[in-house]
This record gives sequence, structure tokens and C-alpha cells, in this order.
Amino acid sequence: MKAPLEQSEPSGQDRLVEAAQAGDRDAFDELVRATYADTYTLAYRLTGDEEDARDVVQEAYLRAYRGLKRFRGDAQFSTWMYRITANCASTFLAKRTRHRHEELVDDAVLADGRPEVDPESMAEAQLLRDRVSDALHDLAPGLRAVVVLRDVYDLPHEAIATELGISEAAAKVRLHRARKKLRERLFPISGEESARAV
Amino acid sequence: MRSERVLSCADVADALPGIVDGSGSADLALRRHVEGCLRCQAELVQHRRLLKTLHHLRTEVLEPAPGLLTEILANLEAAGERGAVRSLLSGRRGAYLGGLAAATAAGAAAGAIVLANRARKRVRLAS
Repeated sequence: MKAPLEQSEPSGQDRLVEAAQAGDRDAFDELVRATYADTYTLAYRLTGDEEDARDVVQEAYLRAYRGLKRFRGDAQFSTWMYRITANCASTFLAKRTRHRHEELVDDAVLADGRPEVDPESMAEAQLLRDRVSDALHDLAPGLRAVVVLRDVYDLPHEAIATELGISEAAAKVRLHRARKKLRERLFPISGEESARAV
Repeated sequence: MRSERVLSCADVADALPGIVDGSGSADLALRRHVEGCLRCQAELVQHRRLLKTLHHLRTEVLEPAPGLLTEILANLEAAGERGAVRSLLSGRRGAYLGGLAAATAAGAAAGAIVLANRARKRVRLAS
């Protein structure tokens, strides 16, 4: 079972960052070991493709390694990695010329870190999470990126706009559209309500 | 006496996600509408469930296919070696350019001394 970055011991990670900034390669390798699954998860959620996610992760760590001296430690290393990953994914998706058929196939293994609770409500919550994951997968990459970074990874609008190369206003508009599409997909409106929406 | 603004469900719909995530606020007219409208209450609940579920995805970490960590570390190793070679080469280039500059400066200084000596000799001969 894996835990996301922010739940791991921050002081240990801070020490590793300091050592890596001082030129300790082993310390950076250790940071990679501690964070790569989480970084991969974000890359996968942004690209919706396992191979693309691998490429994005590779590039993200190279950029992090080269830019480590610029990391000032005013945010967590994980947040910094999210921003780099978002930027890499955005660049990657913009460069990708060939269109890939995005199927709703999710053969990645999900590990849930929650403690055991009521099995019925757990199953229901898991079902909803699976449906949300599928719905995210079906969103256009530009909308998906914004809603994942804001609502899943809690990045501020400003950071999202910077890493995706769009204005803050555009990021907010995309978020609104993405949430609307997700809600409509997950909770289809009845005939009566659709008449109201027209 | 001021009449209170009456909102329709369509007016309220766009504001609901903002109310749920705390980025927006509900004024009196909006609150009154939602309190008395089962449709909008249901929509509010849906937004809440959606945002809660999205937030919960954060705790799920995908298991990457085996080999990814090895690939990342190997790439970093290669990048580190390339960087070391580059800095070595740029260091040598710097030393070469530095030597060239020093030699040029020394040559120029020597030339200036020779010219100054010649000029001094000419002045002495003339006097």
C-alpha cells in the first residue's frame, strides 16, 4: 500500500532535498524512490495514458534534477514536483501530433490507503471514485489537467495557469466547464431537469 | 420598500460549485432560493459528492509498471555524466581562452614597452 507524498515524513524529505542540493546524488535518488509513484499517478491522470505518463515522469525528474538548486523550499518538494509534472505533461500533450484513441481502460492497480470502514459504504465510495476516474479520462486534456490539478492536487489557480501556460481567468473557466461536464456525466439530469436547462 | 431579487434555478446553477469549494459566496437571494428549491439542493449535494470524490482521488496512488524507477535512475545517471563531461569541457575551454587572453595581454604589454623605449630613444637622439 502506498501513501501519497504529503503523508510521508516531511523532515526526512527536507533533509534529502538539502543533501541533494549540496550535490549528493544518492540523496536525489532517494527522493525519486520516495516520490516516483505519486508523480507517475499525477502524470497518468493528466495524460490518461500509461506510456505517456512514463515519458512525462522521466522528463519531470530530469528537469527537477537540473533545477534543484532553484528549489527554495518555500513549498513542499511534492508540490514542486506536481508543478514540474504538470508543466511537462502540458508540453508533452501540446507536442503530441498523433491522435491517440483514449479508451476507458484502466488496467493500473489502485491501492487505497484508507482504513477499513463499513464495507458497503466503502464499496459505494470506491464505485463512485472509479466512475469519476473514468469520467476524468474522457475529458479533453485541457479540461482534465485543470480539474485534476485544482480539485485533486489542490494547486492554486495561479500555479495551474503558470504551468499550463494559460491565463488565470482561462484556468477558472476551464475548471467550471470541467466540473460541469463531470457532474453531468456522473449524475445525469432527468427529463424534467433537462427541460429546465434548455 | 425594496423588493427582494428573485432567482431562477438557472441563475443559481453556476454559483453552486463555488459555494461548495469555498471560492464563491451565497448572497441572501441565492440562499433563499436554495433553501426553498429541492432541485438546487440536490445539485448542491451532487457538487459536494463530486468534489469530495475528486479530493479523495489524491489518496490513491497508482502502481507504475515495474522498471520505471530503474529507467528514471538510469536517465538521471546518464544526465549527470553528460553534465560532468560538459562542465569538464567548458572548464578546459575556459582555461584555454583564459590562457589565450593572458598571452594576448602579455604580448600587447611587451609591444607597448618596446614602442615606449623606441620613442624615448628618439627623443634623446633629437636632443
